[in-house]
Order: sequence, then structure tokens, then C-alpha cells
Amino acid sequence: MMADNTSRRPLSPHLQIYRPMLTMMMSIMHRITGVALYFGVLLLVWWLISAASNDHYFGIVEGFFFHWTGRLLLFGFTWALIHHGLGGLRHLLWDTGRGFDLRVVEWLARANLAGSIVLTLALWIFGYWVRS
Amino acid sequence: MSMRTSLGVVRGLGSAKSGTEHFWHQRLTAIANVPLTILLVWFVISHLGSPRADVLASVRNPFVAIMLALAFLSILWHMRLGMQVVIEDYVHRAGWKLLALLLNSFYTTALGIAAFYAILKMSFGI
Repeated sequence: MMADNTSRRPLSPHLQIYRPMLTMMMSIMHRITGVALYFGVLLLVWWLISAASNDHYFGIVEGFFFHWTGRLLLFGFTWALIHHGLGGLRHLLWDTGRGFDLRVVEWLARANLAGSIVLTLALWIFGYWVRS
Repeated sequence: MSMRTSLGVVRGLGSAKSGTEHFWHQRLTAIANVPLTILLVWFVISHLGSPRADVLASVRNPFVAIMLALAFLSILWHMRLGMQVVIEDYVHRAGWKLLALLLNSFYTTALGIAAFYAILKMSFGI
């Protein structure tokens, strides 16, 4: 079989031999948040389906989102979304061939992390302010 | 059982000729996702906790319905491409990889159809 003769070959050193760095962590977080959002979108579709169904089912789903576990999930979803979004903008900048200077890369990594936390908190404060 | 190496089997066949399209669609949907996701988040925040009738009234507006549909189209296409890369990076057993790629396609397609169904149903007021 095709895949079999590759499985026993020695592997070159991988991620674990490198000292963890912020830029590396941000790259890993971009992927992890992407995967988290992949499954999180299910909640969004669930909410839409319930809204299209009937009042009773909509109430159950809203009840879930307003329970503290639902809020925690949505808070995590918000952060993952903003982190992945800002990380994506970083990648789009790199796609234009700009921003590869090490100081810029380091700054972007910090801005990505700080920006995601600040914007998530701002959005939730705004959300509570709008709904109250 | 063939004694040929994996490299020997594929050498000379060329690429699948779909790499550039994958890359380009990833970027295309990434750019589209920026405004569409902002609209989607705005829609969710302004309706969480509202009575269901308010949600229905909003989606009855064609602009809102079309923007929601576009958002899901772009986001789900982006998700499918992204997860495909993750699977190809980590799942190396041929059978499992095929299964994971199939499930990726099924999951994103099912979510898309479900979202479109919900949006259209609310928008047409059925």
C-alpha cells in the first residue's frame, strides 16, 4: 500500500525542539481558533434553525445561550472569532509581500493578542449595554 | 502488493492542478468574511434576547436575508478549505484521511443547507 512504507521512516526533529516564541504561539492559536470556530458555527446555525421553527424551541435555545455555560461558550466563541479575524488580516497583509520585517512580525503578534482581548471585552460590554 | 515507493508511484503525474484555486478561494473568502462576519455578529448581538417575532421581522428584510446567506456561504466555504488543510497536515493514514475529508465536506454542506433553509423560511414568512 502507498502509505505503509512511509510510516517507519525516521522523522526529522519537529516543533518540540524549538523554544516557544510568541509568533509561533500566535500561529498555533490561529489554527486552534479556526478549528474551534468550525464547530462553534454549529451553535449559530442551531439558533437560526430554532428561530425559523417555533416559539417554544426558540425559547429553549435562547435559554441555553443565556445560561452561564452558554454565555461562557459565546464569550470563548467571540474571542476565537476576533483572534482568528485579526490573525487573518495579518496573513492578508503578508500576502501582499509586506510586514515580514522581524520587528513588524513581533509587533503584529502582540497586537493580534492584545487586540483580540480588548475587542472581545469591548464587544461584550457593548452587548450588555445594548441589551440592558 | 506493489514494491514501489509512494514517490515512485506519483512521480511524473504532476500536481492535482487544484492548489492555486484552493489558495485563492481561501483568500477570497477570507476577505469576504471581514465585512460579512461583522454584519453577522451585529445581527446576532442585536437579536439575542429579543422575541422571536423581532428576528423574523428582521430577516424578512431582503437585504438582511441576502447578507446572512452570503455570510454563511463565505464562512462555510472558508471553513471547509481550512479544515481540509488541517486534516491533510495531521491525518496521514489513507483511510482515515479520506473519511475525515468526506465528513468535512458533509458537515459544512449540511450546515450551509440548514442555514439557507432557516434564512429562506423566515424571509418568505412560511
